[in-house]
Amino acid sequence: MTARPLPASIDATVDLLAEADYLADRSLGTVLYLALRMGRPIFLEGEAGVGKTEIAKVLSSTLGRRLIRLQCYEGLDVAAAVYEWNYAAQMIAIRVAEAEGEHDRSRLEHDVFSERFLIKRPLLQALEPDSAGAPVLLIDEIDRTDEAFEAFLLEVLADFQVTIPELGTVKAAQPPIVVITSNRTREVHDALKRRCLYHWVGYPNADRELSIVRKKVPGIGKKLSEQIVGFVQRLRNQDLFKAPGVAETLDWAGALSELDVVALDPATVSDTLGVLLKYQDDIARLEGSKVKELLDEVKAELRAAE
Amino acid sequence: MPAERSTSNENQPTGRLAENVLYFARALRAAGIPVGPGAVLDALEALRVAGIGTKEDFYWTLHAVFVKRHEHSVLFDQAFRIFFRRRGYIDQMLAMMMPQVPAPPQAPQPGSTRVHEALFSGLDDKLKRQREVELDARMTVSDREVLQRKDFAQMTSAEIAAAKEAMKRLVLPLAEIRTRRLAPHRHGHLIDIRRTLRASMKGGGDFIDLRFIGPKTKPPPLVALLDISGSMSQYSRIFLHFLHALTDARRRVSTFLFGTRLSNVTRALRERDPDDALAACSASVPDWSGGTRIASSLRGFNKLWARRVLTQGAVVLLITDGLERDADDTLAFEIDRLHRSCRRLVWLNPLLRFEGFEARARGIRAMLPHVDEFRPIHNLESMAGLVAALEHGGDRAGDPKAWMQKAWMQKVA
Repeated sequence: MTARPLPASIDATVDLLAEADYLADRSLGTVLYLALRMGRPIFLEGEAGVGKTEIAKVLSSTLGRRLIRLQCYEGLDVAAAVYEWNYAAQMIAIRVAEAEGEHDRSRLEHDVFSERFLIKRPLLQALEPDSAGAPVLLIDEIDRTDEAFEAFLLEVLADFQVTIPELGTVKAAQPPIVVITSNRTREVHDALKRRCLYHWVGYPNADRELSIVRKKVPGIGKKLSEQIVGFVQRLRNQDLFKAPGVAETLDWAGALSELDVVALDPATVSDTLGVLLKYQDDIARLEGSKVKELLDEVKAELRAAE
Repeated sequence: MPAERSTSNENQPTGRLAENVLYFARALRAAGIPVGPGAVLDALEALRVAGIGTKEDFYWTLHAVFVKRHEHSVLFDQAFRIFFRRRGYIDQMLAMMMPQVPAPPQAPQPGSTRVHEALFSGLDDKLKRQREVELDARMTVSDREVLQRKDFAQMTSAEIAAAKEAMKRLVLPLAEIRTRRLAPHRHGHLIDIRRTLRASMKGGGDFIDLRFIGPKTKPPPLVALLDISGSMSQYSRIFLHFLHALTDARRRVSTFLFGTRLSNVTRALRERDPDDALAACSASVPDWSGGTRIASSLRGFNKLWARRVLTQGAVVLLITDGLERDADDTLAFEIDRLHRSCRRLVWLNPLLRFEGFEARARGIRAMLPHVDEFRPIHNLESMAGLVAALEHGGDRAGDPKAWMQKAWMQKVA
């Protein structure tokens, strides 16, 4: 992976993302550009399925940097996030030294607590020097951990250094590009958000969603893609428990493309509704005549636009 | 202070740009978006980095730095429109200076009233002072009462003091739940290899001294849904005092008030002083003592807030009398969904103060099968009972099945 320099303007950032088939709107491009230039972490919040995690992957592939992913869960602690000692190997080393008759305690400690036995987890990996330039550190779903880990993360993000008591301090030569995502199942503490540049990733508008579908599902019919996007946009205005996100739209477009559907009709839509909606009461709400009603509206609008 | 965008040097914030950004930040602060001086410096650096291009880019650059919550986005939008619009600004200033005729109330855009107040607050005070000089000293009807907000000063002070004291004494440490986080523990079930190894290094590795870790416990998050409609009015404010004491004592307590609509007053209750907290509550909720629409409020809660506050094993306290204005199937569905989303659902009903209470109303019968506990809450004694029950897990007195059986027997007889 050849490393590329950071983009020089907001337009360049949007173009950079478009190279990897990620169509971002201007606000996201602005936030990304500022974060890259000012060296601040990016905090992305939004509903599930709008492409928050994708951004980190796209950034790493287009800028040619390594992607290091830290998936957060409840009970995540330093041992799983920063480093851990390889205890089994250390115990064997101790036993071997004992068998050889080694009794110098400080020498033993020095051998046992060396880099050989250190298992590096994502945060420590991100602070290591990399020839390709600063890596992209993705901290995914930070709302799943608790406040204790957030406080620890705040400290790490402030100085980009961690202290391993036995070895010393590891400081990053180049601060990594940090992307933090959250699904908002818990309010993340203000102190962490203040360090970052915040952006709410919302649902795209019709034009952008259409371009996304056409790029990501190549070979899909023109008319079908327009109808799909029109239907999903209308669906988001209905009072559903969980509105379908961009990922669901792409799944549905892929599914319809596999089924060789040319145009939408109520029967096909009702059969494949499980791809879009994941809650039973939402599917029940759309049963029967509602689907036909929405489809008629979509088709009328498309006909009027021609 | 109209905005002038400097076009001279784009590499340094020259001219009036830096000052204007500073004034804009102060306006945002007054409107309710917490913006510190560090954020202003960041904004200037961001403008230096991004350059001042189109208005859209300028907007999004400032938005990226100043807005840290999705809810503040609306306030920021309104403030930006008012602040960085030249011609309309002058018109508004002139309108404020003219002698006032009370304008017919229009539905305000969300956030616009707060921002508007923030920017023109100085002018309002000045005009009020001028008017007061003309009138003689008579009692003016305060804005709060006109809008039907609850005035807590009507409670006798002795009553309030006694109740507060009792409530402070009531707040005992509530039952803790196990978390997935592990911590050093004397009799834990896992061996903590790291501490074991360190301990055995002391002896030169000759023997291994086992150390254990076990699960950490912490009190579960608490969510309170409080009915503030007319039928509950005598109890709402007392219970708000209790919730305020609880918010002080524990880490994650969220409070929602519902009558005809749902409001989140968690932040208002975080104020240290109970009077300030309740004043902040009443300021943010305009529908005190209105009608009750439990089903639609629960629906709103399930859709907007359930996935945000009920995670990590929350206990929900639903404080309502269950008398629903329009009872239909949605109530049963919504309370079923709420029950499935939380760890324990406790229903506190002041109607249980009547000895001969029977579960006859349709709303109450719809809700009873889906709650884990059903308790009274009309006096301090019942509050103590609630705290004890939350501490030790439910007891027989709060079992809803007893009430349902009675209701069924009534129907049969």
